[in-house]
Amino acid sequence: MGRIAYGLALRTLRDERFAEDAVQEGFLAVWRTAAAFRPERAKASTWILTLVHRRAVDLVRREERRRAEPLDDEVVARAGEAAEPTDEAAWLRFERERVQAALKQLPDVQREALELAYYGGFSQSELAERLGVPLGTIKSRMFAGLTRLRELLDENAQEGSWRPEFTS
Amino acid sequence: METGIHELTAGYALDALDPEERRAYEAHLSDCEQCREELTSFWQTTEALAVAASGPTPSPDLRDRVLAGAQAERQVVVPFESRRWSVRAVAAVAAVAAVVALGVGLWASDLSNELDETRAALERERATAAILVDPGARTVALQAGEGRLVVDPTGQAVLVLEGLDPAPAGKTYEMWIIEDDKPARAGLFAGRDGTDIVPLDGTVAEGNVVAVTVENEGGVDAPKSPPIVASEPV
Repeated sequence: MGRIAYGLALRTLRDERFAEDAVQEGFLAVWRTAAAFRPERAKASTWILTLVHRRAVDLVRREERRRAEPLDDEVVARAGEAAEPTDEAAWLRFERERVQAALKQLPDVQREALELAYYGGFSQSELAERLGVPLGTIKSRMFAGLTRLRELLDENAQEGSWRPEFTS
Repeated sequence: METGIHELTAGYALDALDPEERRAYEAHLSDCEQCREELTSFWQTTEALAVAASGPTPSPDLRDRVLAGAQAERQVVVPFESRRWSVRAVAAVAAVAAVVALGVGLWASDLSNELDETRAALERERATAAILVDPGARTVALQAGEGRLVVDPTGQAVLVLEGLDPAPAGKTYEMWIIEDDKPARAGLFAGRDGTDIVPLDGTVAEGNVVAVTVENEGGVDAPKSPPIVASEPV
């Protein structure tokens, strides 16, 4: 979980120190709101990642850091190095490929809206401005995109085969 | 049909709403069961996006900072809560501390299980957290062993055990719910370094005692060794 939380924050913030701050503050929010956690609403892991993501997004907006450029080669190279041959690394790689494959099946404008929002930390109104389209269009793209992505991931999960060695 | 605010569920799940809209949506959420369900479902999708972003292993230093934060927070929370409420607060504080331990476990958790196992584990984790944060749950002390038993009003229970080593090779910990001196099987666990937080199979009734023994792998139908953990009567 720590690794996923850190990867998520790093993807959004593109800076190791900021990413560490976001993870630490996100986990602090977890401890502080533990009593308000509603297990019937979400799994603990979802809840933790939601809080870390929100901190990362708040930070990226506050810092006005360079956002949503392609991940630079250095970060990608380090990610590759870190992929030790463990079960966890294999599972994470498999999940990454599964989600990326699903994202590729989305219409370009929907994929762009989801990636810029979730990984780039752009708000809907920032995206409308950046892409030069009406806010209502952005909202619809995000809703349609996330709905379609959910369907694709569900179908994909039902097809079974989670094991990397079974995928071609 | 009013689509406007419902459509914001996607933006909210992605943390893409502007602050004012975020607040408006949260206000709406408390009145709209449909949106709460939709959000829960979208959160699973954004969690997949989060997992897909995983890359480099964080530094051990970050782990230490997160755990130090949890401990500091626990020290802040406990006296404050205890002053405000009495017995019920103790249960609530125990629940908070246990959730912290659960979170610490989550920090290190390895998500590499097979999908079904992962689902089952998450389901257990969810059920466990539900008991621990239930404001109606009460905490029962242990007469043997270190830790506590948390029982919710329906009799669902979770053992929180400190300082138990992982079970030796070929052995397992087995839990028992003892009613009128008759032990019933209540589940197995392997144990690990640090705090074990284990939900019991079955329900615990007034006067029952919960115990743990060390048994051969796979478990047994009746305890074959003396308990190493036993609760006070519930």
